[in-house]
This record gives sequence, structure tokens and C-alpha cells, in this order.
Amino acid sequence: MRHIISLLMENESGALSRVAGLFSARGYNIESLSVAPTEDPTLSRMTIVTRGSDDVIEQITKQLNKLIDVVKVQDLTEGGHIERELMLVKVRASGEHREEMKRMSDIFRGRIIDVTDKTYTIELTGTVSKLNAFLGALESDAILEVVRTGASGIGRGDRIMRV
Amino acid sequence: MTGAEIVVRCLQAEGVAYVFGYPGGAVLNIYDEIYKQDQFKHVLVRHEQAAVHAADAYARATGRVGVALVTSGPGATNAITGIATAYMDSIPLVVLTGQVPTAAIGMDAFQEVDTVGISRPCVKHNFLVKDVRELASTIKKAFYIAATGRPGPVVVDIPKDVTQQSCPFEYPAEIRMRSYNPTYRGHAGQIRRAVQMLLEAKRPMIYTGGGVILGDAAEQVTELTRLLGFPVTNTLMGLGGYPAPDPLFLGMLGMHGTFEANMAMQHCDVLLAVGARFDDRVIGNPKHFAKEARRIIHIDVDPSSISKRVKVDVPIVGDVAQVLDEIIRQIKAGSERPDQAALKAWWAQIELWRSQDCLKYERSETVIKPQYVIEKLYEVTGGDAYVTSDVGQHQMWAAQYYPFNKPRRWINSGGLGTMGVGLPYAMGVQLAFPEAKVVCVTGEGSIQMNIQELSTCMQEKLPIKIVLLNNRYLGMVRQWQEFFYEERYAESYVDALPDFVKLAEAYGHVGMTIERPQDVEPALRDAFGKYKDRLVFMNFVTDPHENVYPMIPAGKGLSEMILV
Repeated sequence: MRHIISLLMENESGALSRVAGLFSARGYNIESLSVAPTEDPTLSRMTIVTRGSDDVIEQITKQLNKLIDVVKVQDLTEGGHIERELMLVKVRASGEHREEMKRMSDIFRGRIIDVTDKTYTIELTGTVSKLNAFLGALESDAILEVVRTGASGIGRGDRIMRV
Repeated sequence: MTGAEIVVRCLQAEGVAYVFGYPGGAVLNIYDEIYKQDQFKHVLVRHEQAAVHAADAYARATGRVGVALVTSGPGATNAITGIATAYMDSIPLVVLTGQVPTAAIGMDAFQEVDTVGISRPCVKHNFLVKDVRELASTIKKAFYIAATGRPGPVVVDIPKDVTQQSCPFEYPAEIRMRSYNPTYRGHAGQIRRAVQMLLEAKRPMIYTGGGVILGDAAEQVTELTRLLGFPVTNTLMGLGGYPAPDPLFLGMLGMHGTFEANMAMQHCDVLLAVGARFDDRVIGNPKHFAKEARRIIHIDVDPSSISKRVKVDVPIVGDVAQVLDEIIRQIKAGSERPDQAALKAWWAQIELWRSQDCLKYERSETVIKPQYVIEKLYEVTGGDAYVTSDVGQHQMWAAQYYPFNKPRRWINSGGLGTMGVGLPYAMGVQLAFPEAKVVCVTGEGSIQMNIQELSTCMQEKLPIKIVLLNNRYLGMVRQWQEFFYEERYAESYVDALPDFVKLAEAYGHVGMTIERPQDVEPALRDAFGKYKDRLVFMNFVTDPHENVYPMIPAGKGLSEMILV
């Protein structure tokens, strides 16, 4: 099962490597990991997308909680949540493809944020599957470069994680 | 006040009695301050690994935080084995490591290593102190983290310039961390469920581990066991958690545990696990363990130890002593008692298993049996010694044939299984208890992994008794090769052993070689009598073919033991 785990941790140097080290040392997989400071500069918020059986996910959350720098851990997939990922794609946009690319971007509610006479750079936000779908809809030789942030997640409604 | 002085003042404020260490460039300022004070004593080891082991044993024997001090680079890397050893057995340690000056960090400076990076996977936590103003609070945090919750080693890496810089000194009286709040009080509802489950048991079993020793809960384990009349077993790390000579005690369980303990563990219907973690050397294959249905109550201060290898029915996160106190209180307050008829039938079954006498061995008039040496050691010391061991066959024989009456008397590396701990462990214990009988049971492989510490023992005048069970083989390796590799003894025969008597004498100690069974007891009596105040190195030349029984082969289940 795919799980999205959110954590709040002390914004100390080396905090990221403690989390990454834990995953590699115990053989847990990371599909994506994104991290940045919160409105409180002493805290970082991290979103980890991982896969595992219920037992493995239980161990992952317990082991994360055990890290001294970790303040809070929440498995977002346990309740209502929203996930978003940002992707930048540079695509070939010359000749007859140029108009087609613009249309594809519009269909997926992308924004073209950089233009040359041969390329577009498209910004796209959405769930991981939407971004995958967009890439799937493009012809592979049209894609010049892809960069993705990994998912960020937040609980729905009253589900709030803070210190 | 300089950073170096702050370090020393912090250690004094923590009431540290001994610092085990080895000086070097990055820690010279700290050593200069140590020189100027006499509130705590510094013990100079001969290798940094031994400094950490000695501090670790001091902690195991006393329950206080052990402290080691080493320099940057090789000092820190040499300390890593000691740190990993303490981490695996949850021992509270503060290890202070020197670091190159902050401006030189990352420049591949002389004796630079990324200590925080290298130690990260084998510490409870670590710190790099970049500002002298954070030094005191960081050391306070280090002691707090090391000693609380599930204990463990904490490394504080201190760059040399931080020890030179100055700031006002104030040692925080207490520390609070929003990210670290161990749970001590068990969940009331779960405790009630546990009490009910224990009272309903027909075939109960109590299984306790190192957590009972670390959590000072031996008294509670003993009281609860006797109150209920249940059978009890200890893990290798938990020996002394229940008085071994007592009939309710089934002996150690696990790979080299007794037949009765392992069978009772496999066939019980309610299992109370306290401060133990169902590791591979204890239950073997978890699938085999799960074949028999049983309900499990698990008390542990570390939530991640619960339901890790084995699914648990009643998890109780908390301080083991506090939780057991509450369980005892509730049982005593109620009138309900376990089903005596069922308990009687269960004990009859256990006595049948016990009648196998699985620890019997072939006695000999001509060659010294290693088990015999441990039995005699028990007799001569009146069962009252602190026994440290190294890792291998001798470790298992010591655990099997020296019945421990009290907690914190059996000091060994259970988790990491570090050969070479025995002698430095004995140093830490002997310094903590100068009047106590301290014995290091070892093998000729292990003892040579920290043999240089004989020199430290001379400097500190430590009257340790070394019991070397010398079978000329890396015995446990040889045993596995005999059982599982068709007797192909690849590199397990130790050729060209030193003359241990001369070696001991060269370091200024007493050496003896004992080759006949009838000389075993007189040698031990001399060691604890005539040479009471000296370190005595007893080289017992033992039967090279003796194996440790019973044995559960790796990956097999508790009821798949190889008996003699």
C-alpha cells in the first residue's frame, strides 16, 4: 500500500540525513521525499511517500517517532487528505507540435512559463497520478527534461498537524 | 569560561565519577582542564574502543551514565565499535569526541572525520557543537537523552576552537525538549486487560529481557512471578532479572537456552514479555513461533520494539517497573487468582521437559571441560561475582552454568556480539566496585582483541580475574562448521597462540596455566585468595571439541533444538 507520511521536525542541520539514513538502514523504500521549513523557522515539514504492508508502515511511523529531532508524525493516508506535486516539463514545441503542446498543457491545466521558438516549459501541479498521466499523454520524444518536487500532503478539513 | 572548562564543569555537575579516554590533538584543551581538577578521575586506556567499552560496563553495573572522551578522526572511528555495542544493548553513554576546528571542517583536515555522520546509525542521538554558548545545554541534553526512555549512547562532537572560545557558564537545572518525551505510565485500559489475561491463563509464561535490568525492575518481576506462581525465563541480556536458583526459573531461553524454557515459550497460552524484543537469537524463526496460538502481553518503554517481529495482543508502552507495580497492585487488590488445577498440569509438563536435564555434559578426569570451570567459578565466588564475558562459546557457558542471583551482575555484549569487550568491561565494573569480585570469562580469540588493556589494568591496579577457556579454536565458529559445514574448519583453528602466562607477567600480572581438571578449583582459590589483590590471568586449557548445547540452528524454531 502507498502511504503518505508527514512529519514535523526540528530544523537542525543533519535532520534530513537522519530520516534518509533510517529508511536506508532499515530497508524501507522512499518513493519521494520533500522538505522545507514551515512558518516557524525552527520547524521543518517533510512529506514522505512510501510503500509497505501495514506492519512495515507501523514500524516506519514508530521508528520516525523515535528520532530525537522528530516532533510529530502522521500517516496522512489514514484519513482525508490532499496531496499535490509540482512538475516542470521542458517539451519540444516546433512546427505542427507547437499548437498541440499548448492544447495539451491547457487540458491538464498547466501553465507555460518559458518559451523559446523551439521549446515550451510547462508548469503542472496535481496529484502524482495526474502528473504521470500528463507525461503519458505526451509523445516520449517530445519530452526534453522533467523535474518533479515529490508530493506534499496535508490533512483535509479539521485535521491539523502542528506543535 | 572556556569551552574546555565548560566541558569539565558539566561532567562535574552530572556527578560523573570516571571518564574513560585517550588524549589527542583535538581534545588537548579539555585534557588540560581535566589535569587541573580532581572531582572525577580520568582512566587512560590503551585503545579508544576499550574506553567506550569500559564506560559502557560502568553504566551496566551501576545504572549511571558512562562517559568516554576521545580525540577526532581515528579516536572517533576507534570508538565506533564501542558505541555500536552500547547502542544494540541500550546502554546510557555520553561519548565526547574532539573535532577539528570549525573553520577546518570539510577541508579534509588532519585527523578529520565526519563523526556525526559515521556514528548516526549507531547512536540514540548525536550533536555537533558549533557555538560555545550551546555547549553546556548540549551536554545536558546528551545526558538527559542517554539516560531516559530507552537508554542509549549519545555522541557530542566538539571542535577544538569551541573548546578555546569563552562564554558565561550556566548549567541548566533541567531540560525540556518538545521533540522528545518518553512514555513512562502504561495505558490504564491495557494494564487492566493484561491483568485479566494473566488471571485467565492456563499455560502462562513470563519472559523478561535486558529492559528489566536497565529499568531496575528485577524486584517487580520477582514479586509478580511469585505472586502468580508462573514459570519465568530470562534472555541473555535479562539474566539476573529473576534469581536463577529459584525453582520457578526455567533458565535462559533462545538459541542456547534450556529445553524447558524454549518448550514452555513455544507452548504457553499467555505470554508476558517484559523489556524483551523477540529477537532472532531468542525465538528463532517468527513463523515457527507463530504456529502455536498464544496471547501476548508486551511491556516495553520503546514502542518500536512492540509488534516488530511478533504480533502482540496487549501492547503496553511504559516504564517496566511502574507498569509491573500497577499490575501487581491490581492483582493483589482483587480476589481472583489463576486456575490452580491448570497451573498444576502445566507445571507437570514443564517438569517433564526439565527432567531432560539439557545442560548435562560428559564429565572428564583427564581433560578440563569448560562447563566445569564455570561451575567451579560459581562455587568459589559463592555466586557473588560480577561476571563479564566476551563473545563465543565461553559466553554461552558462562550464561548457562553461572546462575545469576541479582541484576547487573552479568555484563556482556548481547546485541552486537562484540568480541573483545570482556577485559574492558571488567575494568569498568572493577572501578565502579573496587571491593567486588570481578571475573572476565573469555576465549583465546576474544581476549586478544583488547589484550593491550592489561596495561591499563596495571596502571589502575585492578584485581580482575581472567578466566580464559582456551580451546585453541574460535569455538563457536568451529561448532557451526562442525554442524553446518561438514567439519570444514576454515580459519577457526588459532595457531601460534602466545604464552599467556608470560604475557600476563610481561604486563606485571600473575599468570597461570591449568591443564588438569583437579587443578581447576585450587587455581581459582589461589586467584581469589592468595592473589586477591592482583590481576590473575588463568589460562585453562580446555577440551577443544566441546560444543554448546542445546542449540537451535539459525532460522529454526524454538521446538527444533539440538540436544546433547
